[in-house]
Amino acid sequence: MPLYRADFVGNLAHDEPQEYLWTMNLGPQHPATHTTLRLVLKLEGERVVDAMPDIGYLHSGFEKLGEHLNYNQYVVVTDRMNYCSCVANNVAWHLAVEKLLGIDVPPRCQYLRVIVTELARIADHLVCNAAVGLDAGAFTFFMYAFNPREQIYRILEALCGARFTNSYTRVGGVMYDASPTAISLIREFVRTFPRALNDMEQLLNRNRIFIDRTKGIGVLTKEEAINRGVTGPIARASGVTRDLRKDEPYLAYRDFDFDICCATGGDCYARYLVRMAEMRESLKIVQQAVENLPTGPVNVDVGLRVTLPEKPQVFGTIEGLIQHFEILMWNRGFQTPWGEVYSAIEAPNGELGFYIVGDGTDRAYRARCRPPSFIHFALFPHLIRGHRLSDVVAVLGSLNIIAAELDR
Amino acid sequence: MSSTVRYLQEVFGLLEEYEFRGQRQVVVPREKLFELLKFLKETCGFDMLVDVTCVDYLTYPCPPRWGRFGLVYNLLATETGERLIVRTFCDVETAVVPSVVPLWEAANWLEREVWDMFGIRFEGHPDLRRILLPEEFTDHPLRKDYPLQGKGERHNLPVITRAEG
Amino acid sequence: MALAGLPNNVLITKLEALVNWCRKNSLWPMPFATACCGIELMALGASRYDVARFGAEVFRFSPRQCDLMIVAGRVVMKMMPVLQRIWQQMHEPKWCISMGACASTGGVFDTYSVVQGIDRFIPVDIYVPGCPPRPEQLIQAILDLQAKIEREGTLFGREFDDPRRNLPPWALVEEPGNRPPPLESK
Repeated sequence: MPLYRADFVGNLAHDEPQEYLWTMNLGPQHPATHTTLRLVLKLEGERVVDAMPDIGYLHSGFEKLGEHLNYNQYVVVTDRMNYCSCVANNVAWHLAVEKLLGIDVPPRCQYLRVIVTELARIADHLVCNAAVGLDAGAFTFFMYAFNPREQIYRILEALCGARFTNSYTRVGGVMYDASPTAISLIREFVRTFPRALNDMEQLLNRNRIFIDRTKGIGVLTKEEAINRGVTGPIARASGVTRDLRKDEPYLAYRDFDFDICCATGGDCYARYLVRMAEMRESLKIVQQAVENLPTGPVNVDVGLRVTLPEKPQVFGTIEGLIQHFEILMWNRGFQTPWGEVYSAIEAPNGELGFYIVGDGTDRAYRARCRPPSFIHFALFPHLIRGHRLSDVVAVLGSLNIIAAELDR
Repeated sequence: MSSTVRYLQEVFGLLEEYEFRGQRQVVVPREKLFELLKFLKETCGFDMLVDVTCVDYLTYPCPPRWGRFGLVYNLLATETGERLIVRTFCDVETAVVPSVVPLWEAANWLEREVWDMFGIRFEGHPDLRRILLPEEFTDHPLRKDYPLQGKGERHNLPVITRAEG
Repeated sequence: MALAGLPNNVLITKLEALVNWCRKNSLWPMPFATACCGIELMALGASRYDVARFGAEVFRFSPRQCDLMIVAGRVVMKMMPVLQRIWQQMHEPKWCISMGACASTGGVFDTYSVVQGIDRFIPVDIYVPGCPPRPEQLIQAILDLQAKIEREGTLFGREFDDPRRNLPPWALVEEPGNRPPPLESK
């Protein structure tokens, strides 16, 4: 199906412009780019010969900011990284910090983090598939997908007070314990979401127009996926059977029964299907986690001197008060070892890792984020070469590029 | 794993190897970097390059003795799930390292980002341009001697008033 | 009186008031969505918050069709020329909502590349606080903008007679004594 110019060797985007090629600019402000990225397309008629991505239209210095904010403050910035699944970034960041500090969070906190990460995964896949549908002309699907998202927002709002950018985790725990309201909202979501998902699948899975627009478009083989560092649903749609939740289990993922969804097509349609199937698996995890939620504290022991003591202790005892101030004062905080760790989680988009260099203080010396969107967008010219102009939006949507994560 | 590292020690003359929180890191001299990574990819099964990044040790309390910039190559073997971090060091004057794009396509944008943020050149990179910042930008912002608020670049733009449209 | 003989189905009003009434109830937003606020902007257009109730649901991505620019998300120095160009491509009368802390002041991103408030470079009518603002807040902003449109006639562009309008907005408030008097209602 892909139509390569077999006789052409070299890189058309950078060589001399040739007569039969048109140059088209797409973005940085264009509805199908979702946020801010720019593509310079070389077209031969309607066929894309080459694409030259130009990014950085949302580069805001996240990593520089990470060197100036302490480990608890920076969680606010990680929210703004992949804003379709804010909590997953919070969890990834604080898991990395906890790995640097060498502490393990209590079981209840692990379960709560699993619940919010999986809810974030559902929200992210919903918005991604909604965007694919929208770009392929299925506007109703977009409306169907945004309704369960509002339900997830309500759950997160009940958990931590913020609807969208949550900043739910803290070093050594989470901000608030789950209230009975939140638990009942999660139960309700687990009950009602399968029906919404069924509706969505019936709407699009066998839709002729949608299949024509996505099947066989933007094919990525398994070897290429590995060579290009692709992870997450995109790699699984190409047959890479890798999921950090199974391969390097973090938090409490060992306790749950769930499957890894893979496909072999490697095209936009396979990516769509993998995301649809993953939502079901995530829902299974949420259900198991909320039914088996352990009791106990949500923060690590205050003796480790990384979390704030309980409020009654702060107001009632002098030790609690001193400890509270010890952590909050700018020249105290907690101490980190001199060391460097890399810790990654399976974020909705792929492997989201943080490489932290600790220098003894409560700020990171270097806070590198390994953003899946950045790696995935580098694929784009490779995927689109030889396809039609209208396939650009389908491929772009199926890669789920989040510009804030792409540029950071 | 340890036998691999011992072999690397013998063949490539590692400067150091250590483990922290269960993660193994090896430090290799810059001249041997490409050979080592090629060996790791082709013989030891590290087929995925997860990340390439850099750390500027200018103000670090105990800076490493090999140089100011420490490059980090984060490798993963997808078959076994093993991870290995390869480090190499360079200074401002010698900020040139061999590019690993011939080995992994993933390195293409990652190396461009390191060039953009730290000003380290990658020898043999097919297209080493700035990636996140505008072409006319002159500094490398993640270096430790660059201020957080920048040097006024962010407000060096024309102003449009209401009457101008 | 000549008006006494008019039939019942005729309404007498000032042209300016009529035009403003039409304008305020048919805003066509141009979503300049760069970051997180863009998702809340999508939520505003989606089923639960349904901005169609306020006549502003026709999101158009072409600046030439729009009269309200909603800047949602932080704007960085590489993006600012694009924003200015899109603003200049929009036809008069046009308004601008700066949605969220990042667009209004830079927010948490006081870094080398983020513009500390888009009002340094383009005129802004309504600022919406929040990071990101809830859709309800944005609805309130649209209602406030409607009130402003009703109050401030632009039929003959009279607001441009005031020389202070030629200054960038931040120049007016740099010094406390420099603050402009409130706009008189017309």
